[in-house]
Amino acid sequence: MKSSIWNDATASRRAVLQGIAVVAVVGFTGIRFGMTEAFAAVNDKYPEEAFKQKSEADAIKSLYGKTAEKSDKVKLDAPEIAENGAVVPVSVSSSLPDVTSIAILVTENPNTLAAAYRILPGTAASVSNRLKMAKTSNVIAVVEAGGKLYSATKEVKVTVGGCGG
Amino acid sequence: MASTIRVRATASGDSTEVQALIQHPMDSGFVKNAKGELIPPHYIQQVTIEHGGKPVFVADWGPAVSKDPYLKFAFKGGKKGDDLKVSWTDNKGASDTLTAKIQ
Repeated sequence: MKSSIWNDATASRRAVLQGIAVVAVVGFTGIRFGMTEAFAAVNDKYPEEAFKQKSEADAIKSLYGKTAEKSDKVKLDAPEIAENGAVVPVSVSSSLPDVTSIAILVTENPNTLAAAYRILPGTAASVSNRLKMAKTSNVIAVVEAGGKLYSATKEVKVTVGGCGG
Repeated sequence: MASTIRVRATASGDSTEVQALIQHPMDSGFVKNAKGELIPPHYIQQVTIEHGGKPVFVADWGPAVSKDPYLKFAFKGGKKGDDLKVSWTDNKGASDTLTAKIQ
């Protein structure tokens, strides 16, 4: 009789321990999954290769692995004439749904890709920055929306270049 | 030391507008100094902006971004008083981080 109580107690203790173990495993994996998801977006590596490309086609291909089609839903704001090529304000926005990325390229620069922005869920498809331009050049805005690429191009005339001494 | 990052984040309604200015030379590697020697490339590669521990915006930059870079974007879900964390890393491995309150 005594031993059966002992056995019961052991059994229930085992059950409890097992329960804790299960909860612990589930809990930890849950946290780990949450973390990897949250970090996946940030730890997407810096696109080193894309920034080394000399032509816009190669840079877009290296960055996204596909080609872009022209779209009037990509809005590219840049001056007609930039007096100082070292500081050219460029803004890109888009009315397309599900925008995940915006890239800006300057075709006549030594390396065409200037900047690439990852637009995470909840963030507006709009970005402003200032770029350097070696000389008069086309500026291309590329927007990735719903897995497809759209682009807009504008020529900016530069009177004083910003990439040489 | 004063931070290299200056941020202004303003919440209006649902949307928070973020403007950031970072002090950085952003040397492209194509410019020569007074002695005619090339200044080696030194530029910010990545800027991350986090809200509530979650990234809302990631910028990958090449050397064609202007000196002392400026950045403007907007995201949904931010409230007045929330923390906004801005951090950057450059091609030499240097980095800086600043946490600012949304106004």
